[in-house]
Amino acid sequence: MEQLLDLLDFGPFFDHFDTILEGFWATIRLAAAAAVLSLIIGTVLAAFRVSPIPVLRAVGTVYVNVLRNTPLTLVLLMCSLGLNDTLALTFSSDANTSYYWWAVLGLSGYTGAFVGESLRSGINTVPLGQAEAARSIGLTFSQSLRMIILPQAFRAVIAPLGSVFIAMIKNTTVAIAASYAEIATQMKSLVDLPSFASGTIPLFIGVAVGFMILTLPAGFFSGWLAKRMAVAR
Amino acid sequence: MRVRRFGALVGAGVALSLALSACGSDTEKTEAKSVAQKAKDDKKLTIGIKYDQPSLGLKKPDGTFDGFDVDVARYVAKELGVPESGVTFKEARSENRESFLQGGQVDLVFATYSITEARKQQVGFGGPYYVAHQDTMVRANDNGIKKAEDLKGKRLCRAAGSNSFRRVTEGPPDGKLAVKGVKLVDASSYSDCAAKLKAGALDAVSTDDLILAGFASQQKGSFKVINAPFTDEKYGIGIKKGDKETCEAVNKAVTKMYSDGTAKTLLDKHFSGTGLKPTTTVPQFEGCA
Repeated sequence: MEQLLDLLDFGPFFDHFDTILEGFWATIRLAAAAAVLSLIIGTVLAAFRVSPIPVLRAVGTVYVNVLRNTPLTLVLLMCSLGLNDTLALTFSSDANTSYYWWAVLGLSGYTGAFVGESLRSGINTVPLGQAEAARSIGLTFSQSLRMIILPQAFRAVIAPLGSVFIAMIKNTTVAIAASYAEIATQMKSLVDLPSFASGTIPLFIGVAVGFMILTLPAGFFSGWLAKRMAVAR
Repeated sequence: MRVRRFGALVGAGVALSLALSACGSDTEKTEAKSVAQKAKDDKKLTIGIKYDQPSLGLKKPDGTFDGFDVDVARYVAKELGVPESGVTFKEARSENRESFLQGGQVDLVFATYSITEARKQQVGFGGPYYVAHQDTMVRANDNGIKKAEDLKGKRLCRAAGSNSFRRVTEGPPDGKLAVKGVKLVDASSYSDCAAKLKAGALDAVSTDDLILAGFASQQKGSFKVINAPFTDEKYGIGIKKGDKETCEAVNKAVTKMYSDGTAKTLLDKHFSGTGLKPTTTVPQFEGCA
């Protein structure tokens, strides 16, 4: 019974509420930048994979298969330890800014592979007749992709993209591999604080709830948008 | 129908857990003996250690354990009447040390476990068996940092899950020196810190000298410890709160370990050649309350 009460004592959690909010803010900054960048990378990848040029198709296929099958921690570690530290490819003279952008790039590069594959499945839902009609009125490949195919493909994959982004938000918790401290790292430090002796489980629960506050709206929004934007055929 | 079945399931679950907790309190009543008593009777102890701390507590790929904490734990267990074969090691992480001791999943904890006032509210401490000091490690060719205050304007490593950096950058209660203008660079662990220090991505790593010495000896010639200690980290033996008998027994074992020279042998074994000058006299005990 005493342990059950211990489980519900959120005192230590609120004592360090500032640190926790700071951690979540770091998570949000990473996730927001990665969402935008992975969408761009994914779109380019999907275009590569359906393009009529064999070299681009090969590049797209290799990229997707390499990134999608590598653990994210390794991708991030490669970015920070390999590229930033050892090869000194930095974004800025300020170390933390540089690590932030490497974390964004690593996470976006990884998530982009998933976005690209979702989008490609969306392209497959557009009837072939649409592409043929586009070609018959004289549109080039990139014109038909831009004006006919992709707008319809995007509308078909809003819901699955929502899942990809929810997974991405949760994947931010390994960003410490790229030397970027977000909420999971802050939580780990809090547990080891000399003045922190109890309340580990309330802390975990609090952080889990924090993640739900980020991911649940993302899910609801993509569900709502998918319904609203559905292509009526 | 489905709702009702779910309700029944929940009901059964609650009943079961109540029954189990009733059992739990029963066994607790009969097993009111101390860890020291248990060690003497059963010749078995479960000891919590770190699995990822080179030279202190490390689980090697072949499944054996190595480090100063591990050897001290074996020595103390032997003094309590438990042979090496009767000792079971279990990973005690910062997240679960307290609950492991309170719930009895482990009998003792030897895991670079610093004695602090906040932790004393939750668990008991024997020892300390060693007093480590926070020190700073820099690249071997770096002569610009001679004391912790020189870290002003330098890049210092902040290892995930460690609060050593606070003793440089913050004042009490969690810090000490409150040096201004230190640039903190995040890393996933102290091994990551060492790799970044070597690559020049940061200037200094500051934490307990025993941990730093481990890295300095692992990669000889790359790093040096500047030997400007500024804290006392009392590594205690975690025991269940209120277990005075065990506390006294382990303190006796620690005293013996220092008087018969084992402590010096073990410190030499793990930290010789690192530039660290370990203390080989018995630390001041905290007392068993």
